[in-house]
Amino acid sequence: MTHDFDLAAVLRGEYAELIVKGIETTLQLALYAWLLAMTLALVLVTVRLTGNKIADRLVAAYVSYHRNVPTLVQLMMWYFGVPNLLSESTQMALANYNTEFLFSVIALGLCQAAYFCEDIRSGLRAIPGGQTEASRALGLGYIRSMRYVILPQGVRNCLPSLINHTVLLFKNTSLAMAIGVVELTYATREVENYTFRAFESYLVATVVYLVFSLLLMGGGALLARHFNKALAR
Amino acid sequence: MFDIVSILQNNWTLFLIGQYPHGPLGGLANTLILAVLALVLAFPCGLLLALARVSPWKGLRWAATVWVYVLRGIPLLMVIFWTYFLVPLLLGHNITGFMTMLCTLVIYQSAYLCEIIRGGIQALPAGQYEASRALGFGYMRTTIWVILPQALYNTLPSLISQFISIIKETSLGYVINVQELTFAANQVNNQLLTKPFQVFLILAVIYYLLCFGLTQLAGWVERRIARKRLGSGVQTVTPGAVLATDN
Repeated sequence: MTHDFDLAAVLRGEYAELIVKGIETTLQLALYAWLLAMTLALVLVTVRLTGNKIADRLVAAYVSYHRNVPTLVQLMMWYFGVPNLLSESTQMALANYNTEFLFSVIALGLCQAAYFCEDIRSGLRAIPGGQTEASRALGLGYIRSMRYVILPQGVRNCLPSLINHTVLLFKNTSLAMAIGVVELTYATREVENYTFRAFESYLVATVVYLVFSLLLMGGGALLARHFNKALAR
Repeated sequence: MFDIVSILQNNWTLFLIGQYPHGPLGGLANTLILAVLALVLAFPCGLLLALARVSPWKGLRWAATVWVYVLRGIPLLMVIFWTYFLVPLLLGHNITGFMTMLCTLVIYQSAYLCEIIRGGIQALPAGQYEASRALGFGYMRTTIWVILPQALYNTLPSLISQFISIIKETSLGYVINVQELTFAANQVNNQLLTKPFQVFLILAVIYYLLCFGLTQLAGWVERRIARKRLGSGVQTVTPGAVLATDN
């Protein structure tokens, strides 16, 4: 390093603005992708639970594809590949919008849905069959046995891996920089290019990522404790 | 459909070995070399970290825990940029993109392998440790001769899953222009310009076949170990894949 450590150099004026904007985009990306992933995962799990063979195979193929292909490749597929399949007029219409962000949300959301789907399914599968049978034998209907017996245990079972994969989703938002979304990692690179202060700008980004990841992990641990307590009562 | 066949016919060497005889090695070959080297080098680091995390010395435990949590909390891209910037500073000369990516993967994966191995160690029944201490082995000899052989054997399926993660993570080398599979696909795409979907489909299929095959292998090994454990009557829990590294 040719100059002294000076955090203020990257944290003032337009650079600070760029970084704050980056953090905002990262959080938005993570939030929208998470909502998409969770919604889709719930649908996929429901489809798998119905026991239709063909539907089951299709969901399994979906999960397998998204787990065995790098997320970066999936992002490129959505951003470079898919628009090419659309008609010319749709492509022109899309060009007016912020498609990097949209396609990042889609790619990250669809990818993470596969992980969430597996988490929820294995959480539900870990519940012994006797639980359903016993609650039905006690006179609870399907809905109530789900509500009071199966789901509370299922949530407790899949919570740790869901939290892990939420942290993963948050970290994966950084991949969106590869297709030009100005999120935190991209913004950091920009600041570094302008100021030549690699150490300071990377340090800021690292600390921000770390704080949010640790918050997610800590929040998850609290939530898991809450559910364990509720069950013990 | 025919597009895909003709793209493959014209560019299969680029996908497979990059520009190799006339330029640097790249493509799938480089991806695999990078992934294997990363796993081989990260494993000893992860092992030492895992031993540090379960060691009786508080300072060591604390340091290893901080290392693991920091690396688990930041994206791989951030680690790449740190390595890109710090390693040349430390060494005093520039390093290639390949070496940057290798260092990054070793650093990043050391944390995840540490957690896997630690899980394997802690899943062993406490009686193993106590019995070996009662037989007069010291801490070191207990670890080397009793704990590690069993723990590492049990973590084998997770290690294969981790290798899959590493293969997928090598794709990030594209960001710093490492000549690997994703980079090769982008080269092809830049030449053709009009067929991005087909090119990236080929890319996805190659990764899929590679990783899917390894997933099947991991499943097979896991079932084999479970059968063996059942036969011997020793109850051990194989540590589940609770960690997520996939990119």
